Amino acid sequence: MSLWVDKHRPRDLMKLDYHKDQALRLKNLVQQSDFPHLLVYGPSGAGKKTRIMCLLRELYGSGAERLRQETMHFTTPSNKKIEIMTVSSNYHIEVNPTDVGIHDRVVIMDLVKNVAQTHQIDSSGQREFKVVILNEVDDLTKDAQHALRRTMEKYVTTCRLILIANSISRVIPAIRSRCLTIRVPAPTETEIASVLHAVCKKEGLSLPSELAMRIAKCADRNLRRALLMCESCKVQQYPFTPDQKVPEPDWQIYIRDTASLALSEQSPKKLGEVRQKLYELIIHGIPPDIIFAGLLKELVRNCDMAMKCQVANHAAQFEHRMRLGNKPIFHLEAFVAKFMAIYKKFVEESLGDAF
Amino acid sequence: MQAFLKTGKISSADKPSSSGVKSVKKKPPAPWVEKYRPKTIDDIVDQTEVVQVLRECLAGGDLPHLLFYGPPGTGKTSAILAAARQLFGDITRDRVLELNASDERGIQVIRDKVKSFSQLTVSSTRPDGRPCPPYKLVILDEADSMTTAAQAALRRTMEKETRTTRFCLICNYVSRIIPPITSRCSKFRFKPLARENVIKRLRDVCEAEGVDVGDGEILHEAVDTCEGDLRRALTALQCCQRLIGKITSDGLIEVTGLVPQKLTDEYLGIKNYSELEIFVENFLMEAYSASQLLEQLSATVVNAGHLTNKQKCVISEKVAVCSYRLLDGGAEVMQLTDLGCTIIMANNDP
Ligand SMILES: Nc1ncnc2c1ncn2[C@@H]1O[C@H](COP(=O)(O)OP(=O)(O)OP(=O)(O)O)[C@@H](O)[C@H]1O
Ligand SMILES: [Mg+2]
Repeated sequence: MSLWVDKHRPRDLMKLDYHKDQALRLKNLVQQSDFPHLLVYGPSGAGKKTRIMCLLRELYGSGAERLRQETMHFTTPSNKKIEIMTVSSNYHIEVNPTDVGIHDRVVIMDLVKNVAQTHQIDSSGQREFKVVILNEVDDLTKDAQHALRRTMEKYVTTCRLILIANSISRVIPAIRSRCLTIRVPAPTETEIASVLHAVCKKEGLSLPSELAMRIAKCADRNLRRALLMCESCKVQQYPFTPDQKVPEPDWQIYIRDTASLALSEQSPKKLGEVRQKLYELIIHGIPPDIIFAGLLKELVRNCDMAMKCQVANHAAQFEHRMRLGNKPIFHLEAFVAKFMAIYKKFVEESLGDAF
Repeated sequence: MQAFLKTGKISSADKPSSSGVKSVKKKPPAPWVEKYRPKTIDDIVDQTEVVQVLRECLAGGDLPHLLFYGPPGTGKTSAILAAARQLFGDITRDRVLELNASDERGIQVIRDKVKSFSQLTVSSTRPDGRPCPPYKLVILDEADSMTTAAQAALRRTMEKETRTTRFCLICNYVSRIIPPITSRCSKFRFKPLARENVIKRLRDVCEAEGVDVGDGEILHEAVDTCEGDLRRALTALQCCQRLIGKITSDGLIEVTGLVPQKLTDEYLGIKNYSELEIFVENFLMEAYSASQLLEQLSATVVNAGHLTNKQKCVISEKVAVCSYRLLDGGAEVMQLTDLGCTIIMANNDP
């Protein structure tokens, strides 16, 4: 049995639940075959992938939905063998080049050139080009992004790229200039709630509006998360009640605990405990930038404006360093230590004032 | 091999041989940027200096080593490709070696492939007897991504084979090219294109495509959104036309990924931290780009009447820092919060 997220994924552009205008426009766009490469961006869980799969179906018909998984092999210039998972149909292929880390350029180069140099056999003359979908382009190395530039121009008639990113801040301008950028905002809480209602209706369940709204609130405008939460609510207790407990992701609670640890006492001993917790979070695969954002949010809560400003400044600085280095724990810990120092000084000063 | 890749490999073997009549090959549809890529150097908009030099070469003058640099979409690649085609015509294939960032361009390739290509001597006549330039051309496009080691290896070859080969390097940032190479080339900066010229070009394309632009007022807005990048302007126009069915200013903002001015002003006017937290969260959820915001913010701050010089200084300096960190990979939420704090402090301390 598949999860609701997969089971009730819309498959037709016109059946998408929100941003309907955009869906209609996309439909117009692909009527003619002369559209440029696409760069689709938006926060995770905003429904980028669903939209793209619908677009493919619009382009090629249901043939684009017969997917197979394959592993492809590449050889780097230094003769290292690498392999990568791909998902493809007769019309498109999808890869996640960041899976191979710094060798992403090789994958992109070989793959795109290969695809571009083969052409569509389809005799019904459906489309003259194939589609290559690249995930997480904002995390590609600069080298890989550069490798896309001329390739994108040269092979545009036989191969269209659909690039997916969370944000375009890290996509180089030369690539942005070559694409139609399509922004997919996260659904609002109301939109999420109405999707939840629709899904429950299809499942034959009745969902109280209060509960739907509460789930939507907890989900941080991430539709995937909302659906997963809703499904686990169902597992916990059905029939639903408006005030039943909505399971919150563990890691959010955990980050909050970590922050209150740092607030409770500022000493090397506490820092050691905080480090344990940070390690725990990292080991469980919580992305370090999320940890950073969560910590900042919790830590500044009781600070005055001047101090908030200082703390935010350091958070930004340490997070940036973390991107350049390769051990997230150092920078997370450095940030917490810095915070403790600032906070302790503040507390001592205000105590001093009191006497 | 992948089944996906196997379908319909282009091979010369299965070309229809029996039928005497050859159907005219229909060109598959391409986006406007490719459809209207300049075919000759006379089609190049602006960039008069370069065009002048290239024109002299076409008239039989000697071609120096070239270094083109400038922002995306200003005609660098188009210029050299058009010139090469005009110089060499149907022997372009033998005379021109084009390597771009998607090709392997490590030290080894420079030493082997480029070197042996440059060493070949060529005659000054074509196979059919007509004259042609007595040299070959190596185009190194997107040279910013070449390693310094590879560039150093190139240096010798450039020097030794001037008799038979000219080099043309193209990049966005000239600072990424090592000085020994820049000093061997005639450098040409491709400026962002001038407004009038972009507008004229856009008008021509729209006419050719049968797009209604009214009195052309909307084209001015199209130019504003693209900062002298003609490729971006063309893409924006085409997408707006295809997506919405006509060119509108909101449509242009949407397809170019700009941040609505309203949001920029809101960010600049934030007065306390909780407002900031909400703003940043919504901004990112709406999937606007932080780097784009900073770019527009910087223009807004400089021209803002309500800020004192001191405030402008403080904010601008922080914009610079945050924008650098963003490009380096820093998280958007952190940088926007940090900058936002500076803005709050500045707003409360005129
Ligand atoms: N000066 C120009 N004259 C005419 N068309 C231009 C000019 N500049 C850009 N264009 C249009 O923009 C498209 C892209 O230009 P081109 O490939 O030359 O950019 P580039 O300078 O090489 O950019 P990049 O740095 O991203 O490689 C061309 O196909 C053409 O349609
Ligand atoms: Mg170029």
